[in-house]
Amino acid sequence: MNVFYTDVLVIGGGLAGQRMAIAAKRRGHDTVILSLVPPKRSHSKAAQGGMQASLGNVVKGQGDNEDVHFEDTVRGSDWGADQDVVRMFVNTAPKAVRELAAWGVPWSRVRKGDRQVVINGQKVTITERDEAHGLVAQRDFGGTKKWRTCYVADATGHAMLQAVGDQVIAAQIPVRERCEALALIHDGGRCHGAVVRDLVTGDLSAWIAKATALATGGAGRLYRVTTNAVICDGVGMAIALETGVATLGNMEAVQFHPTPIFPAGILLTEGCRGDGGLLLDADHRRFMPDYEPEKKELASRDVVSRRMEEHIRKGKGASSRFGEHLWLDIRLLGEKHIRQNLREVWDICHYFVGLDPVKDLIPVRPAQHYTMGGVRTNHTGESPTLKGLFAAGETACWDMHGFNRLGGNSVAETVVAGMIVGEYIADFCDRAENDVAIPIGVVREFVRREQAGLDAIATGAGGEDASALKARMQEIMSRNVGIFRTGKDLEQAVDELQTLLAKSHRIGLRSSAPGANPELVTAYRTKKMLKLALCVAHGAWMRTESRGAHYREDHPTRNDAQWLSRTLASWSGDDATLPTLRYEALDVMRMELPPGWRGYGAKDYTDHPDTAVRQAEVEVTKARVDDRFARQRALMPYEHLLPKSLRGRNERIDERFPAPPTLPSDGLPESEFSWESE
Amino acid sequence: MRRTPIPVAPVMFVKPRRAPAGPVQAGQTLRLHVMRYNPADPASMPCVQTFEIEQSDGMTLFMALSEIREKQDPSLQFDFVCRAGICGSCAMVVNGRPTLACRTLTRDVGPEITLAPLPFFELIGDLSVDTGKWMRSLSERLEAWCHVEEEKIDLRRIEAPMDPDLADRIFELDRCIECGCCVAACGTARMRKDFVGAIGINKIARFRLDPRDTRSDAEFYEVVGDDDGIFGCMSLLGCEDVCPKDLPLQTQIAFIRRKMVREGMS
Repeated sequence: MNVFYTDVLVIGGGLAGQRMAIAAKRRGHDTVILSLVPPKRSHSKAAQGGMQASLGNVVKGQGDNEDVHFEDTVRGSDWGADQDVVRMFVNTAPKAVRELAAWGVPWSRVRKGDRQVVINGQKVTITERDEAHGLVAQRDFGGTKKWRTCYVADATGHAMLQAVGDQVIAAQIPVRERCEALALIHDGGRCHGAVVRDLVTGDLSAWIAKATALATGGAGRLYRVTTNAVICDGVGMAIALETGVATLGNMEAVQFHPTPIFPAGILLTEGCRGDGGLLLDADHRRFMPDYEPEKKELASRDVVSRRMEEHIRKGKGASSRFGEHLWLDIRLLGEKHIRQNLREVWDICHYFVGLDPVKDLIPVRPAQHYTMGGVRTNHTGESPTLKGLFAAGETACWDMHGFNRLGGNSVAETVVAGMIVGEYIADFCDRAENDVAIPIGVVREFVRREQAGLDAIATGAGGEDASALKARMQEIMSRNVGIFRTGKDLEQAVDELQTLLAKSHRIGLRSSAPGANPELVTAYRTKKMLKLALCVAHGAWMRTESRGAHYREDHPTRNDAQWLSRTLASWSGDDATLPTLRYEALDVMRMELPPGWRGYGAKDYTDHPDTAVRQAEVEVTKARVDDRFARQRALMPYEHLLPKSLRGRNERIDERFPAPPTLPSDGLPESEFSWESE
Repeated sequence: MRRTPIPVAPVMFVKPRRAPAGPVQAGQTLRLHVMRYNPADPASMPCVQTFEIEQSDGMTLFMALSEIREKQDPSLQFDFVCRAGICGSCAMVVNGRPTLACRTLTRDVGPEITLAPLPFFELIGDLSVDTGKWMRSLSERLEAWCHVEEEKIDLRRIEAPMDPDLADRIFELDRCIECGCCVAACGTARMRKDFVGAIGINKIARFRLDPRDTRSDAEFYEVVGDDDGIFGCMSLLGCEDVCPKDLPLQTQIAFIRRKMVREGMS
């Protein structure tokens, strides 16, 4: 048995995983990253349009700050988010952009003077300020009051991943590529590492660590049509679930992106609409203003996707031999803009559909895009039930997105959570009580069990075909657990998925070649994916309301009185066929922004009994306190939740720090701008 | 833990098949001639296996190979990740030419399609090669990261401005997806196993252009000023021909060569 020891074991080599690793390593902890693929190939790369951070450099971002970003994010989440975590996030996002700017990300920059942009279908000239020249630029995105999305053309995730990946190499952090964690090693209360399969040799090994951090991304491949990479099958979430101790939060909250190209499902960035692109129907008519007069094409993604499907149901979809779709029109942005700022979009249109978006309309239709749910953690990124297990990024539910994520907030979350959780992991490893102390017998038993599981698949004479089971699962999820959901469809989905889960115990292989054995990989992943699919479908069935991306046609309104809560799913054991669901209430009386109308989408909802009381309290405080920082602190103090090194305000053109920085020897800035002072 | 010796994917000399008169129509039969070899299996011998599938509308090599693995041969090895032409995982030799398989439409390269793994890189099996290990060691050799003055970074203050055009020019070179096509198409790499390839030169050009990187030409010369670096390039420029991201490799190679000659003579 191969056993490796390290202080920090990071599972997943995307932005969140790599950024956590850098934080832990810089604090002196031995850190190893395991990755399914070379880390620069991770799905973080697919983030095209940009990351939200309230820098307020462009003139259309003027007046932006943490408060506006906070409100946009909470409204976007349909009040499902943890507001403390959202506060931590919005205050760290500008720091993350600035760190990446220092590390070499070629952020697109502001050019002073006049420029022509497209807003609401009209060409408009705006004038950028002289003092903003050369600073990081922002573009418009859905569900935001200000232009806040920092970008590198439309390859933002790519550029970020290059820079962070380069820093991992500079920090000499080893990355074990083509490795997959099959199980977490734990004793019922403490996580000690993972059983890992080498995807080249097929060998198993055990990795023992003080802290184990999951950053394995989302589970888009539960669905037939998804923008997610083929590696996004949620195995990281599944191995947390399979501990029976860690829980998954809000798995029914699944985002469908409005504009993947049809029918391939490859993402075309929200930047297309942010930069002025329009959605047209079969008659080439712009329809979003009819449904959403306030935000039109730039309402939040859940709302736009729903409106698009609604419009298709009304018979307004364009027909093709693959089915119905709508059109994305970016022709009005002009060739120069498209070839420079939407270059990946041009490439995708050109290579996959053979059209030129400068001249042609692009066929689009909503497809699965993002997993808001994930491994439930507290604000430090640690599982509240399984000590030593951390999670960050799309894998995690800490919970900053609630029931709908805003565009540009996910790639921002990866690095922000990486920074924050990385510091907390380092704190955890600093404490002597968290040293590795696990009997090797326990480790051996975990490895034995995994090996036995694989052998049973490889040598078992079961007649079920893993690829077929997986395809069936994806079909059920897309058909019954999609944008529009009903109790009847969901019940049927749960029923069928349970049948598939039972069948998955009888998977047999056709090939037995030594080494990687891709068929075996499909087999064990499918077994895990079915459990996740059941968490999504069962959670969706039980949640008899509509909130964010979870839309129940039979319960079409948000019901705060009953459902202002987070779903927690756990898996009780090998024999279970359904997750066990519990609900964790959100405390309205602590909210800085009590529930209300989002500013787009449906206006009817049922209030929580505390909402009016809390709203009145908030009004009083707002009237009493002028200074925005003091007001925020009076409403919902959160700064103590951030690691010390990441506290402090963010400078802006319109919020200059008074004096040049003085950096004391410990590297922490002077207290002048810290939380302690006003 | 690893098996030895580790074979390198052989170069497959494939006589390019005559291009079809027009695109392959839906319903027509595609014949994929795939190089097979599983180094982990002592019984495996390198060979070419032919699979037949039906062309469908919009079919890419990603779809075709996935279908073959699902329905015909579950042991077939290949690497796809993003399937959108942005991650660089699926580079392989298609009809004699290194390219990204995921965005290659079968109608354009069929009906007879020859697939081989990228040469030069360590072979994992069939069409799968280990580019990651080579890329990491290249980055370590070239110190291919932005050498920044960490102590000067204050995350709370406004970022340092950068000329917008310069930022765009850096991005232009930063677009490399490390797919390995340029190295696979490189004549020098065939002869010098430690050659840094166009990707290596492009990385140097990218960091050299970036004012945030504190290194001087003297320091860049240390890592690429020899025959495994810029002076090994024979200017055959297969790299420029095959780069799926259309990076300006020819220009960058010429430019870095000029700068390094000057540095070497100073």
